[in-house]
Amino acid sequence: MDTILTWITSNQQIIYIVVLMIFVGIEVIGHVPSVLHTPLMSGANAIHGVVIIGAIIVMGKAESENILALILGFLAVVLGTLNVVGGFVVTDRMLEMFKKKK
Amino acid sequence: MELDLLTVCYLLGSITFIVGLKMLSNPATARKGNLIAAGGMTLAIFGTIFLYKDDSGLNLQNFSWIFGAIIIGSVIGVLAAKKIKMTAMPEMVSMFNGMGGACAALISIVEFDHLSKNSLTDNQGTLMIIMLGCIIGTISFAGSMIAWGKLNGSIKDFSFKGQHFFNITLSLIILSLATYLALYETSISTIIFYCIFILAVLYGVFFVLPIGGADMPVVISLLNSFTGVAAACGGFLYDNKVMLTGGILVGAAGTLLTILMCKAMNRSLLNVLIGSFGGNVKNSNGEQTQSGQYKEISLSDAAVIMSYANKVIIVPGYGLAVAQAQHTCHELEKILTEKGVDVKYAIHPVAGRMPGHMNVLLAEADVSYDKLKEMEEANEEFSSTDVVLILGANDVVNPAAKTDTASPIYGMPILDVELAKNVIVNKRSMKPGYAGIENDLFYSKKTSMLFGDAKKVLQNLIAEIKSL
Repeated sequence: MDTILTWITSNQQIIYIVVLMIFVGIEVIGHVPSVLHTPLMSGANAIHGVVIIGAIIVMGKAESENILALILGFLAVVLGTLNVVGGFVVTDRMLEMFKKKK
Repeated sequence: MELDLLTVCYLLGSITFIVGLKMLSNPATARKGNLIAAGGMTLAIFGTIFLYKDDSGLNLQNFSWIFGAIIIGSVIGVLAAKKIKMTAMPEMVSMFNGMGGACAALISIVEFDHLSKNSLTDNQGTLMIIMLGCIIGTISFAGSMIAWGKLNGSIKDFSFKGQHFFNITLSLIILSLATYLALYETSISTIIFYCIFILAVLYGVFFVLPIGGADMPVVISLLNSFTGVAAACGGFLYDNKVMLTGGILVGAAGTLLTILMCKAMNRSLLNVLIGSFGGNVKNSNGEQTQSGQYKEISLSDAAVIMSYANKVIIVPGYGLAVAQAQHTCHELEKILTEKGVDVKYAIHPVAGRMPGHMNVLLAEADVSYDKLKEMEEANEEFSSTDVVLILGANDVVNPAAKTDTASPIYGMPILDVELAKNVIVNKRSMKPGYAGIENDLFYSKKTSMLFGDAKKVLQNLIAEIKSL
């Protein structure tokens, strides 16, 4: 019990962010028309590509003799970039088609 | 000072994610919202590369590796995203989602390696987050790959007896191994960690395998929110606010989106996951294999009744997407309009393989936005419609959803095409649709069948109408 309490106290800032973000996430897309489900999913898909920042940190901190970290980090950055770049480009392509006709 | 600048970058990044998502849920602002989020992401990425300092105040190194990886990823990403056909979009989203999951899993593996060089049990909190990121990321990766394979047809539905039991057992083993690893440090800790990794891959595969192909959008959306949570684990790990906000935001929004998608099909998430759609349907539907009489219509007859109709509503479905017939369909619409026929499209929220699939497809063919009617609107119009032309749609017009309580799609809102005077159904054969159930609509007196590939049939139909 004590450990849980200390953990909550020492991480309270993060816990606040998590709780608030859950509500923001639900609130923000609450009224999406079904037409936009796919682009929205694709857009959200691109946003979680933010995981690439973790990959960059891994890569940037890897010592040159740590082959495992170098290889896996490199792979992680490639995959993360794919997620981010591909995600945003695909979403843009989908949305391009929704633009108003002249 | 530099670090403070990075904090500002991250703050801006987080705000753009929220604003971007908000704008993405409105058709008028969606495109801008996507660009704003992309801008915030770029800022956060380059901020990290140049401004990040670790605990001992060191800048990041290995710039050539980082930029090399980013360039490779960008080139492949842009090419794949630009080259892909519009019909294959869902697969692409699934693929990119899997990449994100794999990225999160790899980070966890490297960080575990770091941690195991110190002491595992001294850093229980960190260890647990690493494992969580690894498990969720891996499931998301493996699941997305299976979903990708299912959508492009290379992987078939597969389920065996005791599948659910197997999955539950698998998840329990993963959980208990993870708990053990967190509590006791032994010489085989590393081996256990990799076992967890492999089991998570297995779990991801078997989690998605039995789920019917028609439910893949829901699954992808769910896996999407999984990856969000995995990214948030990374945020915990590095105390990185932008990863945390971005990850949780997508986790929450993705979960809600998943539920909204299920609602559009009037099914519960549990129902989708247990996969009662794919496997058990045949049993529950066994008795009603009454194959009544259906009648076919010739192209010239179809051409005649359509060109002399006052109002025609086209109901597109997956068949249209497969045949890549959206442009031909638009052509038919133009020709009929020239003849003074009022042509509209009725879009069921889950027509095709993804919600909004048909809108995207028809928009690609330049069909004007106000011709597309959503379900409620369309249902009001059917009774004043002369001809409904169904192009490769099936389950979304199946009256069993209204009448047959035993039907697996019972309760799903459908397009009431039967209210129209005539219904012409274009299908490739009498084979049932994705849900694997018979459709009584095809045997109705009002209905006539026009067999063949949607594109060919439409081309011939256009030729017939022109020659009238």
